[in-house]
Amino acid sequence: MTHEEAEAAIAEELHAIAPEIALEDIDRSGVLREEFDIDSMDFLRLVTALGERFELAMPEADYPQMGSFDALVGYLKQKTA
Amino acid sequence: MTSDPIIKPDGTRARANMPDYAKAYAAFSWADAERDIDGFGDGSLNIAHEAVDRHVAAGHGAQVAIRWIAKAGDSRDITYSELQDLTNRFANVLRNQGLEKGDRVYSLLGRLPDLYIAALGTLKAGCVFCPLFSAFGPEPIQSRMEIGQANAIITSSRLYRRKLKGIRGNLPDLRTVFLIDGDEDATIDLNAAMNAANDTFTTERMQPEETALLHFTSGTTGKPKGVVHVHQAVVAHHATGRLALDLRPGDTYWCTADPGWVTGTSYGIIAPLTNRVTMIIDEAEFDVDRWYATLAREAVTVWYTAPTAIRMLMKAGASAAKPHDLTALRFMASVGEPLNPEAVIWSNNTFTMPFHDNWWQTETGGIMIANYAAMDVRPGSMGKPLPGIEAGIVAVEGGTLRELTAPMAIGELALRPGWPSMMRGYLHEQARYEKCFRDGWYLSGDLAMRDADGYFWFVGRGDDLIKSAGHLIGPFEVESALLEHEAVAEAGVIGVPDETAGEIVKAFVALKPGFEASESLLLELTGHARKRLGPAVAPKEIVFRQNLPKTRSGKIMRRLLKARELGLPEGDISTLESDER
Repeated sequence: MTHEEAEAAIAEELHAIAPEIALEDIDRSGVLREEFDIDSMDFLRLVTALGERFELAMPEADYPQMGSFDALVGYLKQKTA
Repeated sequence: MTSDPIIKPDGTRARANMPDYAKAYAAFSWADAERDIDGFGDGSLNIAHEAVDRHVAAGHGAQVAIRWIAKAGDSRDITYSELQDLTNRFANVLRNQGLEKGDRVYSLLGRLPDLYIAALGTLKAGCVFCPLFSAFGPEPIQSRMEIGQANAIITSSRLYRRKLKGIRGNLPDLRTVFLIDGDEDATIDLNAAMNAANDTFTTERMQPEETALLHFTSGTTGKPKGVVHVHQAVVAHHATGRLALDLRPGDTYWCTADPGWVTGTSYGIIAPLTNRVTMIIDEAEFDVDRWYATLAREAVTVWYTAPTAIRMLMKAGASAAKPHDLTALRFMASVGEPLNPEAVIWSNNTFTMPFHDNWWQTETGGIMIANYAAMDVRPGSMGKPLPGIEAGIVAVEGGTLRELTAPMAIGELALRPGWPSMMRGYLHEQARYEKCFRDGWYLSGDLAMRDADGYFWFVGRGDDLIKSAGHLIGPFEVESALLEHEAVAEAGVIGVPDETAGEIVKAFVALKPGFEASESLLLELTGHARKRLGPAVAPKEIVFRQNLPKTRSGKIMRRLLKARELGLPEGDISTLESDER
C-alpha cells in the first residue's frame, strides 16, 4: 500500500467517527486520540474498521505503534508490505 | 446547562404570588396552607366543595368556571353557579343508580363538559373518580377497570360500542354504564337522568384520608399501577397551583393536558377551580394556528402545556405567533418531560417570557419542583422544590441509602414524604408501594442532580441511564444536544449492550420537514453531537426514523426503543400514542 493510500483510508475511517475534525487542522505526529478527540471506544472502532478493510489482524499489542496519525500510516504500510 | 440564566425583571417579581422564593420556602407550613381550604369545620372536607361550592357561597357564582371550545369552534360557558347545579345533579344521578360513597366511577371521554361535571359530581357523592384516556384501546381499559374494580363508567355511545361493550362481560363489578349521547342495551341515558335529577345535593363530608382519585401509571414491567389519592390532596393542589403556576382568582387559565392523565386532573380540573380561575377547555387536538388564536381570543393569562407541543410551536417558527396578540399572557409552564434549554430560550425570545419547567409524577399528585414566576430561570433546569417539599439526591447501594450533597452529583431524586397529595398506595400492591420508600425518603426513580445554588437538573429515568465505558450518561442530555441541530425534530437515546464498553449510546432521530436522511447529514449530526457532548457522551450510533414512539404526554418511549433494539418483549405499551416509523 502506498503512503497516499494508507493516509486516504485512515482519513476516511476517522471522518466517519469524528466528522467535525479536519485533517488539515491536526498535528499528524501528535497523539492521535487527542488530535481527533476520540475515546477508547472510538479508537477501537477505527482499528476494527481498518482491519476489516484491509483484512489485517491489528492486535491490541500493536496499539502503541498507532499512537499518532503518521505512526498509524507507517504501521499500515509496514503490515501490508 | 451552559445557557445564561433568564433574569426576571423586578416588576415581574413584585407581581408574582410568591415574590420571594427563599422567604416563602422558609416560612411555609402545610398547616398554614390548609387554612386556604374551607373544609366543613369538623375536620372533614371534599375536593369538589373547595373547587365549586365555596365560590358560589362566597358570591362568585356568576363567574365563568369553564369555557369549553368545541372542535368546530363554537363555545359554551359554564358559570360556577351552573357548575354547582350540574355537579349536584350528577351526584344525585349516581345516588339514584345506587352508587354509594366509596364506589369507583370511571370516565372514558374526550374533553367534553360532561367529563368535568362527572369528575366533580363523583367527588361530591364521595365516590372515587378514575379518568381513563379516551384513546386507550380495550386492553388497557379492561386492566385499569379490573384493578380499580370499577362500579360505574361514563362514556359516549361510540366509545362504548368500540371499546367497552366487548369487554363488559369481564368486568363483574361494573354495574352502571352512563352514555352521554343516546342509549344502548343495559346503559343509562345520562342526559335524561340529569334532567330528572334534583339540582341540590349535600356534598359528602369526607375524612382527609378517604380516597378521592385513582390514576393509573405504567410500570416498566407488568401491570399498570393504580395510584391512590385522597381528599386531603386538595391542600397541595391549591397551594401548588398558586405558587408554581401563579394562579389567582379571575385568571383565564388554559391547561392543555387531557384529564385522562394526572396533569389534566390535578391542574386541569382541581387546582384551577379551587383557585377560582376561568378554565379554557379545548376539545380539539394540537394545532399551531388554533392554539395561538385561542390564546389571543380568550386572553389567556396562565398557560400550562407540554414539551412536545412547545417544540412543535418552535418548529412552526416565531412568525406563526406574530399575528396574534398574546399580551394577556402572564405565566407559562411546561410539564411531562424535561424541557430542553433551546425551547426555554426560544420561548423567552418569542413570548418575552420563558416556559417554566416543572417536575412531578402521578405518585406525587402535584408539582414538587418548579421554576417560579419570581425566580430566575436556568434553562434546562426543573427549578427548586416547592415550599413544603424537601428534595434530595440520594444513592441507594446494597440496601443502604446515602444522601449526595456535593453539587452536580448524579443520584436518584428523592422527596421527604408528608405532603398532602402524596399517593397513599398502589391499589392492591402494597409491596410495590413499599419499594418506593427507604430510610424516610420517597424514591422517584428519576435521576437528577442539584447545582450549588439548589436548582435541580433532570438526568434521566433510573432505568434509562446509560453506563458507557465507566461514564454515567443521561439520555436527556444527549437528546437535548441533538435537538439543538436545525434538522432534528425528535431524538430518543438509549444504551445498547457493547462487549467492551458495557453499553454504547445509540440515538434515534426524526428529522424536521425539509430535511432528508443522508450519509452526509448523519456525519453532520455525529460531528454536532461530538462537539456538544464530547466523545464519551456523544452517540456512537445514530439512526434515522420518521417518527419516534411517544406517550400521550409526549415522552419518547426509550424503553420501547430499547426493547425493540434488543428484541425483548415490549411490555406495557398502553400509553403508546404515536409509534415508531
